[in-house]
Amino acid sequence: MENKYTISIFTENNIGLLNRVSIIFTRRHLNIESITASESEVKNIHRYTIILNCTEEQVIKVVAQIEKLVEVLKAFYHLDDETVYQEIALYKVPTSALAAGKKAEQILRKHNARILTVEPEFTVIEKTGHKQETQDLLEALEPHGVLEFARSGRVAVTKPMKEFKEYLYELEQAQQ
Amino acid sequence: MTNKTTKISGSEAVVKSLIAESVSTVFGYPGGAIMPVYDALYDYQEKLKHILVRHEQGATHAAQGYARVSGKVGVCIATSGPGATNLITGIADAQIDSTPMVCITGQVNSHLLGTDAFQETDVVGISMPVTKWNVQVTKAEDIAPAIAKAFYIAKSGRPGPVLVDITKDAQFGEVDFNYVKCTLISSYVPAPKVDVKKIIEAADLINTAKRPYILFGQGVLLAEAKKEFKAFIEKSGIPAAWTIMGLSALETDHPLNVGMLGMHGNYGPNLLTNECDVLIAIGMRFDDRVTGDLSGYAKQAKVIHLEIDPAEINKNVQTEIAVLGNCKESLQLLTEVVSPSTHPEWLAKFNACKQKELETVGENELTPSTDVMSMGEVIKLVSDKSTDDTIVVTDVGQHQMVTQRFYNYKSWRTNVTSGGLGTMGFCLPAAFGAKIAKPNQQVVAVIGDGGFQMTIQELGTIFQTKADIKILILNNEFLGMVRQWQQLFFDKRYSSTEMVNPDFQTIAKGYHIEANKVEKREDLANAVELFLNHKGSYLLEVMVGKENNVFPMVETGASVSEIRLS
Repeated sequence: MENKYTISIFTENNIGLLNRVSIIFTRRHLNIESITASESEVKNIHRYTIILNCTEEQVIKVVAQIEKLVEVLKAFYHLDDETVYQEIALYKVPTSALAAGKKAEQILRKHNARILTVEPEFTVIEKTGHKQETQDLLEALEPHGVLEFARSGRVAVTKPMKEFKEYLYELEQAQQ
Repeated sequence: MTNKTTKISGSEAVVKSLIAESVSTVFGYPGGAIMPVYDALYDYQEKLKHILVRHEQGATHAAQGYARVSGKVGVCIATSGPGATNLITGIADAQIDSTPMVCITGQVNSHLLGTDAFQETDVVGISMPVTKWNVQVTKAEDIAPAIAKAFYIAKSGRPGPVLVDITKDAQFGEVDFNYVKCTLISSYVPAPKVDVKKIIEAADLINTAKRPYILFGQGVLLAEAKKEFKAFIEKSGIPAAWTIMGLSALETDHPLNVGMLGMHGNYGPNLLTNECDVLIAIGMRFDDRVTGDLSGYAKQAKVIHLEIDPAEINKNVQTEIAVLGNCKESLQLLTEVVSPSTHPEWLAKFNACKQKELETVGENELTPSTDVMSMGEVIKLVSDKSTDDTIVVTDVGQHQMVTQRFYNYKSWRTNVTSGGLGTMGFCLPAAFGAKIAKPNQQVVAVIGDGGFQMTIQELGTIFQTKADIKILILNNEFLGMVRQWQQLFFDKRYSSTEMVNPDFQTIAKGYHIEANKVEKREDLANAVELFLNHKGSYLLEVMVGKENNVFPMVETGASVSEIRLS
């Protein structure tokens, strides 16, 4: 049975590593739904968050292959209910469309979105939330004209309390 | 060595780094972007021998042959662009067969990267899926640390190929050379620690098993677990079968060696996989050629897997007990806690299967009733007349399967073949590399007429270096394995498998290599005698049955229980 899995990968920050990781998915004909990367709570260690729809057997094998990479410290997979996650979306809409009537205020209030900038020609609205929430706002804005729309990949932290630093310690022990 | 620094060029740093890693021989081919390194090699000919191959693919296979028989890291060097891309087949072969290899490639100047410069190829990108690790170096000071890391990664844990791509300006740059060996990478655990709890669990299962069965692979050889493995099987008395990469970890005629696994393996080892109650897999990865249809593979058995690579656990076959770690260590611990035992009835089943196979397939191969010679009888003869420490290198195809089943391997690390990738053309350069590593051992290269012509140019390397390689061509004037499949599964439609071959003796003679051709059985024994005892390289071509098939066979998609004898 397919599920949505959040894969968290902790890596060294080296040129080409993202390519090495993505090859593992490509080779197994698995389509990455979204990917984000940034430095983690530990300096010089980066965290990739990859969203994948697949079976548990597939995700187990993929994570094992990712962990096998020399420059990957640790990789995990979690179901949605084991993580707290968020996405951000930006919407560029014509300022004129928003200025007319009270519709804009209603939409922004209802969706708990905020305005980042107002220019004579356009306004940029920001919304964070789960994909369905940012999608709902997109649909609400569409009748008023959406000039541009961009949604980030998912960022996620996990609910289990074991800290990554503990895994680092275990890794060091394994190398003794 | 540490703390003492001297300013040298990046290219000299390459050479000195290799020497610091105790490399004595490298295989390679020069070209524009690697010329500074070749210039530096010129000054170090005494300490570091460079062997000029005839094609970069030959350099990789030679490095592989060298690594397989010696356990050391094989090294090859090539230039950028086509030089680098020609390495890829050998790198892929080394990756799938876990062979420690370091490849050094030249690259265009760093300011030209990404400009489609002459002979620029993104070899780091191209080799990424088939290397254990790779890196591009653009500064002279990064060369020594990159090479140190490369050797550590290639050799440690589950070995594999590593590529270091060095731009020409890095080779020309100056550096304070100070070589520090790499012994730790913070993100990398080469081998998990053996968990004693798992050893106890495994021993409990083995000690209560009625029909335990061992499958061993190359992991035993890679771990240098010769004594430990033998001690384990002899104490436990468990019959053991091998994958083609595990061959020569245990002598063929050992009473507990029951034979070869897989598609063209022996009858009993395949059939009885589905009758054992505990399956003990040691340093093997349940390749599809070994398992056949997984849904009909050892479903009745509890599986114990001794394995260094955690990603192999449950990859293809569900494991009851996974004993992670280096099998040299885990086998030693396991031997201490298994009860001494023998399994005479169970072993008798293997022997009965062996007898059945001998009466059907074996006799056809070894003493054919026809005038045409079989591959099996040739191999048997070569085996009988060879010294115990002879290294047998095979290519890919029918001759490979026949050699592995009918040659009597007596010594550790004497089997060199292309297993996982099935690379035709592997044999001749790999045999050459094996000879360079083990100059005092006889090296016999068994090749089909097809595979021989894929890397035939390496006869030039053999001639130039005066290496002593015994080349046995089993010529059936067909790409035999493909033809066999066409006969069995494609209605005898022999599409592009018949070969019109050149005169191999004349070709050998062009390289000043002695040669002979045998077409009649009565000439064979003498010819083999001459072949093996000749001083220096020798090519013996034996004409064998054009349409002979290799049996037993587990057809694609079939279960190991459905193994065919004809």
